[in-house]
Amino acid sequence: METLEHIISEHSFFSGLESYYTNLLTGCASNVRFEKGTYIFKEGEEANEFYLIRAGKVALEIFAPQRKPIMLATVGEGEVLGWSWLLPPYQWKVHAHAIETVRAIALDGKCLRTKCEENHDLGYEMLKRFARIMEQRLEATLLQLLDVYAAGK
Amino acid sequence: MTMATAATTDFMLPQPYLVQQVVKETADTFTLTLEPSDGTGRNRFQPGQFSMLWVFGVGELPISISGNPADRAQLVYTVRSVGKATHALVSREVGETVGVRGPFGTGWPVEKAEGRDVLVIAGGIGLAPLRPVIYEVLHNREKYGRLVILYGARSPRDLLYRKELTAWARQPETQVLVTVDYGGLSWRGHVGVVTTLFKNARLQPARTLAFACGPEIMMRFVARDLENQGFAPENIYLSMERNMKCAVGFCGHCQYGPHFICKDGPIFPYDRMRPLLEKYEL
Repeated sequence: METLEHIISEHSFFSGLESYYTNLLTGCASNVRFEKGTYIFKEGEEANEFYLIRAGKVALEIFAPQRKPIMLATVGEGEVLGWSWLLPPYQWKVHAHAIETVRAIALDGKCLRTKCEENHDLGYEMLKRFARIMEQRLEATLLQLLDVYAAGK
Repeated sequence: MTMATAATTDFMLPQPYLVQQVVKETADTFTLTLEPSDGTGRNRFQPGQFSMLWVFGVGELPISISGNPADRAQLVYTVRSVGKATHALVSREVGETVGVRGPFGTGWPVEKAEGRDVLVIAGGIGLAPLRPVIYEVLHNREKYGRLVILYGARSPRDLLYRKELTAWARQPETQVLVTVDYGGLSWRGHVGVVTTLFKNARLQPARTLAFACGPEIMMRFVARDLENQGFAPENIYLSMERNMKCAVGFCGHCQYGPHFICKDGPIFPYDRMRPLLEKYEL
């Protein structure tokens, strides 16, 4: 049977992370499962965790009054869901909707924030890795905003 | 000299073709099947080449060939109706005549891909010029390694060739991943730009040739991401687009830096395009 530490150390997001740190992370980790159709978190709720998706698909959705909800992106197997746990005010900015049954490792953000404050090397590692994801999402959003496939473009 | 004979010797003279079929792909995109009006076979074409299509009395348009290179009887084009001439073209009815010049331009270097994996990356109507590559690989399956098709569209209703995408995904050693920029809440597929599919594509850059076609800015991001993943720039090919008129490098309308897209392209290796793609207002 795979241990949590093994799953975390094998995940691409934590690639190259020293075993000392994966051991620290494991102390904040737990297995979770979300049934298809449920919301993992909703906009405005407190953001106290992030997820390593092991199976299934999550839609990131945003709602605006008098408009249909918009699906911004999907996050699937091997990807990381959620970074709002990392920065104040620790609130989710979007809804995360399990459009397939999702199995994931949840990492407790409160627990991790404490460990990052105590160990800045771990904190820097986490920031670098999440900054890469933020950059990728920002680039993807830029391309979406350009609406490159629209008629006449 | 008959019209058909003249067409084979004079590249500026359109040859009359008859519309055999018009298929509505999406709200604004149609696939036209044409056959020579004199009953002879069409000219050979390479995947990636284009024709100049005349709608008599309206105008002439450069359109990539989207049909099967192995089908010697017909020419197939997928056209998005975005202006007067394209609207007139997609409004042709079965039995009406369209003038055809060509094929013109360079093709995708599919022969260079033999013995290697083939990565097809398409955005929007960019899947049309790549469809002949897919036909070629699937028709000669033993010559090629894995075929990976990554396709991005604006929304689920803008996806081209839906049935074929499903059929291609069932072929051996073939992976098809589809994404849309804007998914309605009923969409259960991937949402995000086409580059977000790379992480699911199980690519082996050292043994793969990549062919990309779509809006230029999409190809810029695609090529850059492929390079970051370990693709050599000379193993990435892009289909460029400019305003083509004569199609043989005489008029200069499609000049792009030192190149004429119609004659030197439309297919170029990324290492030749990179300096130009990064320039403003070119």
